[in-house]
Amino acid sequence: MATYDFVFDGLGLRDWCNAGEASGAPLSMADLLAQGGAGEEVSVWNLPFPSLDALNDACGRISQSRDVTKGVENGFLAIKDALRFVLDPITQPLSWILEFALAVFEAAPWWIMFPVLMLVVYMASKSVRLVAFVTGCLVFLALIDHYDFAMQTLAIIFVCAFLCVLFGVPIGIAMSRNDTLQRMTIPVLDMLQTLPPFVYLIPLIFLFSVTEPKLYGIAIILYAIVPVIRLTDLGIRLVDKDVIEAADSFGMTDRQKLFGVQIPLALPNIMAGVNQTIMMSLAMVVIASLVSAPGLGVLVLRGIRNLELGVGLISGLGIVLLAIILDRVTKAALDRVNAAQKH
Amino acid sequence: MTDQIKISIRNLYKVFGANPKAALAQVLAGAGKAELLERHGHVLGLQDINVDMREGEITVIMGLSGSGKSTLIRHINRLIEPTAGRVEVDGRDVLGYGDEELRRLRREVMSMVFQKFALLPHRTVAENAGTTLKVRGVRHRDYIAEAHKWLERVGLKGFDGHYPHQLSGGMQQRVGIARALTSNSPIMLMDEAFSALDPLIRTDMQDLLLELQTELHKTIVFITHDLDEALKLADHLVILKDGHVVQQGEPQHILLNPSDPYIEDFVSDINRARVLRVRSIMTPLNGAAVPPEAHGEVGFNDTLESMIARSGGDTSHSYVVVRDGAAVGTLEMTNLVKALVPRVASEAGARKY
Repeated sequence: MATYDFVFDGLGLRDWCNAGEASGAPLSMADLLAQGGAGEEVSVWNLPFPSLDALNDACGRISQSRDVTKGVENGFLAIKDALRFVLDPITQPLSWILEFALAVFEAAPWWIMFPVLMLVVYMASKSVRLVAFVTGCLVFLALIDHYDFAMQTLAIIFVCAFLCVLFGVPIGIAMSRNDTLQRMTIPVLDMLQTLPPFVYLIPLIFLFSVTEPKLYGIAIILYAIVPVIRLTDLGIRLVDKDVIEAADSFGMTDRQKLFGVQIPLALPNIMAGVNQTIMMSLAMVVIASLVSAPGLGVLVLRGIRNLELGVGLISGLGIVLLAIILDRVTKAALDRVNAAQKH
Repeated sequence: MTDQIKISIRNLYKVFGANPKAALAQVLAGAGKAELLERHGHVLGLQDINVDMREGEITVIMGLSGSGKSTLIRHINRLIEPTAGRVEVDGRDVLGYGDEELRRLRREVMSMVFQKFALLPHRTVAENAGTTLKVRGVRHRDYIAEAHKWLERVGLKGFDGHYPHQLSGGMQQRVGIARALTSNSPIMLMDEAFSALDPLIRTDMQDLLLELQTELHKTIVFITHDLDEALKLADHLVILKDGHVVQQGEPQHILLNPSDPYIEDFVSDINRARVLRVRSIMTPLNGAAVPPEAHGEVGFNDTLESMIARSGGDTSHSYVVVRDGAAVGTLEMTNLVKALVPRVASEAGARKY
């Protein structure tokens, strides 16, 4: 005797329900337990919500909640092969790029990488103090033999952040020019930003082989591309209307206006987006070590799995140092852009 | 200066709102601005504007904020599309232009100066001034050279490599003017170009514009809310109120014959002696002989203020008016004093009797 029997009795659906009973859905654990001590009277205080499971008790024809989960799974598995057939070749270059970048960063000896990185930092920031700070951090990491791991992490971040900018800026520009596209894209961006990073990984594991770098590459890009899209859209929409009007009055074409006025004036906002994108790639590259992304994240994972406290903490410190380096360098570049066009 | 009409605006209407065409029908049926807003939720921006702007003249469009003057100037280069009417430049209706022709019009025929300067903050002063040539595809070296020439002409020699934020407001607007001049277009549209500047700088800029105009003879459309500025610059003055033309004509004529209480209000506030010129109140000779009792010769374009100073306040004097070395009329100081009688006072006098 189940709580919601009266609903089906009242609607005269009892026969329909009983007809379905014969098919005999598999028993859940709850059913088994209920069979032991059945027949308890349910008081009003314990009235269960008419969920699928509660209704199933009263009528065998109603699906159980686990069928929903099962349905989603089966649905995904059904389209998996077709999806992989399309996505696999498209995303294959990502694997190649990541493998290439990792190979280059690993193959280059430290006495070449150090000067190259110092030069990059100087070009971006034009600050000798910052170069000294970055060098200090790298020397520390190398001293405690975390240099190779740090380079792997950096290689992945460089590739993913570059691809985020490559795709994110044009998407942001398109959004800024088309209100409909903006309305349609924003919910997607909201979803990408609020889904817990682990959730991306689940369908990706089914789609691609875990040994393929593109698996974590896609997860990182999906997670980190959001800020650069948002801030490009915002930046272009915030460009001074008077300047746009002036550009129109001089007969600029759309292309001249975009590259000569809108993008340069939106650059501070776009750079702020790039900064956020890089920081989020770093956050995700650690989580992606769960799906075989190399780098400092692997050590963190080892620390957790084997309860090696020291390994976990030191590699965590390495990640913090990388984060500070990336943040300071991109902020310094951003400040230079801002200084060049203050009003 | 020729009498050729450069820009001609005919029966121009602009209605802002969701369905301007339907609202326009209401306006043509006699609905006023307030009624249109209340009953139909549409704003009447411009109403039956007819203005001819002559080649080589400065046409000043004056009105208070909300009178539609900035909307009107944007119709000339179609930054705003009209609801109905015609805008002709050199006899051709610009409203019929396609994208390519419109772009050519904006690039080569007219250039604009803005109230808030609208310079590009990431480009140098010379690059900003050369923008109008750059959009036409002129090479960097060539447009920088042309920009340099015009920057020097507006008094910004040596500032080519500076950035706009390093300049004061007055200097930034000089860059704005140089940018418009660099395009070498026959028409210049100036949208409250000097309104954001402080009074002394504004006077300087007005003098600069008049000085440039004696040399270049551009067709200038100048928007302002300041009557003193309008009277100083205008060859042809158009006064707008609530989207329609209240009065237009030669500024001295408007000052002496205001056709509307609105304009009388405006006119009563200004220093008439400084604005009125001898030519507006003299008695033409029309072939008659020069009177022998004259106290001297005065210029055709002298202000009445300078005449008062010259006569020492003696109203019995009379002068011969000279233009380009030839006597063209006589000026009685008594007439001068009559011209200075404030309009509001005369109206009050009329009411008394």
